[in-house]
Amino acid sequence: MALDEPKTTDFKYVGTRPDRPDGFDKVTGRAKFGADMSAPGMLHAAILRSPHAHARILSIDTSEAEAMKGVKAVVTRADFSKNVPFESGLSGEFWNILENVMAGEKALYDGHAVAAVAATSALDARDALKLIKVDYEVLPHVTDVDAAMASGAPVLRKGAADSSVPEGLHPNVVRYHESGHGDVEAGFTAADLVIEDSFVTEATHQGYIEPHACLATLGSDGKGELWCTTQGHWHAQKVCAALLDLETSQLRVTASEIGGGFGGKTTVFIEPVALALARKANRSVKLVMNRSEVFRATGPTSSTSMDIKIGMTKDGKITAAKGVFCLQGGAFPGAPCDESAMCAFAPYNLENVLQVGYDVMSNRPKQAAYRAPGSPMAAFAVESVIDELCKKLNLDPIDIRLKNAAHTGSKSSFGPRFDAIGLVETLEAAKAHPHYSAPLKPGQGRGISCGFWFNHGGETAVSLALSEDGTAQISVGTPDIGGSRASMALMAAEELGIPYDHIRCTIADTATLGYNEISHGSRVTYASGLATIKAARDAVEKLCKRAAAKWGIPEEAVKWQDGFAVPSGPNAGDFDPIPLKDLTADMGATGGPIVGHFEASPEGAGVSFATHLVDAEVDPETGKTEILRYTVVQDAGKAIHPTYVEGQYQGGAAQGIGWALNEEYIYGDDGRLQNAGFLDYRIPLASDLPMIDTVIIEVPNPGHPYGVRGVGETSICPPLAAIANAVSAASGVRLRQLPMSPPRIVAALKNQSNG
Amino acid sequence: MSKIHVSTTVNGDEVEFLCDPRETLLDCLRDKLNLTGAKEGCGTGDCGACSVTLDDRLVCSCLVLGAEAEGKTVSTVEGMAEGESLHPLQQKFIEYAALQCGICTPGILVATKALLDKNPDPTESEVRYWLAGNLCRCTGYDKIIRAIMDTAADLREAS
Ligand code: FES
Ligand code: FES
Repeated sequence: MALDEPKTTDFKYVGTRPDRPDGFDKVTGRAKFGADMSAPGMLHAAILRSPHAHARILSIDTSEAEAMKGVKAVVTRADFSKNVPFESGLSGEFWNILENVMAGEKALYDGHAVAAVAATSALDARDALKLIKVDYEVLPHVTDVDAAMASGAPVLRKGAADSSVPEGLHPNVVRYHESGHGDVEAGFTAADLVIEDSFVTEATHQGYIEPHACLATLGSDGKGELWCTTQGHWHAQKVCAALLDLETSQLRVTASEIGGGFGGKTTVFIEPVALALARKANRSVKLVMNRSEVFRATGPTSSTSMDIKIGMTKDGKITAAKGVFCLQGGAFPGAPCDESAMCAFAPYNLENVLQVGYDVMSNRPKQAAYRAPGSPMAAFAVESVIDELCKKLNLDPIDIRLKNAAHTGSKSSFGPRFDAIGLVETLEAAKAHPHYSAPLKPGQGRGISCGFWFNHGGETAVSLALSEDGTAQISVGTPDIGGSRASMALMAAEELGIPYDHIRCTIADTATLGYNEISHGSRVTYASGLATIKAARDAVEKLCKRAAAKWGIPEEAVKWQDGFAVPSGPNAGDFDPIPLKDLTADMGATGGPIVGHFEASPEGAGVSFATHLVDAEVDPETGKTEILRYTVVQDAGKAIHPTYVEGQYQGGAAQGIGWALNEEYIYGDDGRLQNAGFLDYRIPLASDLPMIDTVIIEVPNPGHPYGVRGVGETSICPPLAAIANAVSAASGVRLRQLPMSPPRIVAALKNQSNG
Repeated sequence: MSKIHVSTTVNGDEVEFLCDPRETLLDCLRDKLNLTGAKEGCGTGDCGACSVTLDDRLVCSCLVLGAEAEGKTVSTVEGMAEGESLHPLQQKFIEYAALQCGICTPGILVATKALLDKNPDPTESEVRYWLAGNLCRCTGYDKIIRAIMDTAADLREAS
């Protein structure tokens, strides 16, 4: 999309830090999240889940449950569409989602849904589950990524591999990615030092505190209403319609306030089930997951197994880099092996680079996006090797990254040349930060890492209506997952020239706007922001037209300045400026309501880079790592509301700390998840963390009117590696497996002293 | 199963409800009294999103049975503001952007108020450890801790 030069200075509202519009509701308890909505005569639902990692479903007998008092409907796969075609890879995504939402012939992981009940109370629904008899034939299972690719591994499903997969690989390998340029072998030969190493990371969960929840109504007339906690209600509408043979437009979906998503609420799990029950019972149905279901049956990340080889000259020039990224994505295609591969070396300007990715199925829940999916694990592996190279060659880790840094115009590791980017600026700011030169005590270590994420644009529609009193209401279609209602209002205030407080931004339902892609890919402030600015400009154009008519001069002779229509120059005539509210006051009589629109799929989302610094101390006796100090430096392009940008930086860093040190999916030999609760899957607590310092770099993105880049995801890319590097500096051992939990650190230290 | 009749006081109001002996106080607050401010993040006492006070003791309402509220006094986030004025903690949480998604906020506010009622001058570590039972996945706690320390200082000055 052709854009004028971004506006980067002289902002009146953008860059200020007003209170968020949803704050009052959230501190008083009146904000309505997924589980907070009810309907008259509503039923409660519960889902029966497979206790087996892999089993053929021989039969399901629901008769006793159906006969139970209070039970109004029971559904199995037979109650969903039979018209969703199975296709290989991601082309069959609707089928994949359907199969995940309700098992067909086989249960594919511990926790896979096999039936569901709606009853007059939640307790009755849960009791009724016990009356459903499922006859399983237990099959051999596999949950480890390397094991799932090995010959002889149980096959999850034949025909799931798409055409990208080379001949001769196990049928569990369903997608393949390869990219790069130059000649890596020649590059390795030219190196003074080559390090080759292998890394593994366990799956982690997004860990949003709000479990999935929805309230569904659907009649046999095919018209439905769905209230749900989601990052994308148009997507939910589309998928639910396909899975239940509904017309998309007949299902209206409203997004609730969302209690965290981080990528994990970009797909559907329970919504089609609630709708199927509602249709069968002809009553509204509320379905809320419990925490154990969230862990067992909603998307964690992929687990990974990665091999990295990097060559460097004595003075720190990287001569070649190669990476192989095997990602296990659960029982369906979709593990982000391509993103891992493409992000892995993106911070570096490389002559020779090759990256290969494998998407592998196993008997685990279908992976879902988690903040920059695929990138943090790849950064962990690559940045650990770079750290080792720097150590062995006695080079400063920031200088070396600066020396090899990707910059504006350099060819990226994944192909295209970079437009304006701010990696060098983040490295320079990190180097100049007092954190980098602060003294460390014995037993403490400092780690650094860079990180990269693409960011995304996507289908976006916004409308902005002016009210008679001169205030404005914005309707956007992207659920607010990071304070975006405030950011939209700030951008609209800037364009309209009216105060932030005079603007209200609402997340519209699916009946109110055109299709809006999910709130993912850090796209909201970029794409909905761009659309808001354009919608405001559209409204301004209409305002100028009304002023022109009042003055009897051509439209082009009117311009908009700071909330006023003014004659564009001395030749336009001598008229007193008209404030916005005077133009809206009589708009009914001067041509009708004034509404600005924008609908498009903006494609100028700027990529983003970050550099993180972390100090850690490792207790050699217990293996516990304490994070002493943490600094995030990241390019935001333009921070619309700096406080929320900081919040994204801090939140991403905290999640990265959890991923690095504690969080992991633990499967038993029986293929069952052993830690499906917050006690055993331990996310960082207030007492685990220090304050998290932030530095916002602003290198404007030429693809946005104010230079905005997405900021939500990049912040989770560097922490895994930065912490691994700090742990290595502090303890003297290099951990190649995440999480670096106390037992693993103790074992590594023991190995080292034995070896 | 026959239901239990419970009379209790919630946020100063006398209320009654009928509950199944298995239903938690959280279920009763949310489903019977329509007080959905307390949230269920886990149902197992691990996340603190359901924090309320029961006779001035901070509890996870998911670990208390509805029947146990009989004759007691329950306070939830809905009772924190006085009339039109927000409690200073609520005010500061907005000001500091100490919330993002806000699902943890009711629990954290109730828990923090209970702390400051007991200890008006906590150290940062004391606040961090007091809140160790309240998970927040969005913020990294930084702005939450700052908002609390600042509120505590203000309240001390005011008293
Ligand atoms: S819901 Fe009670 S502690 Fe999590
Ligand atoms: S603000 Fe989202 S969990 Fe705390």
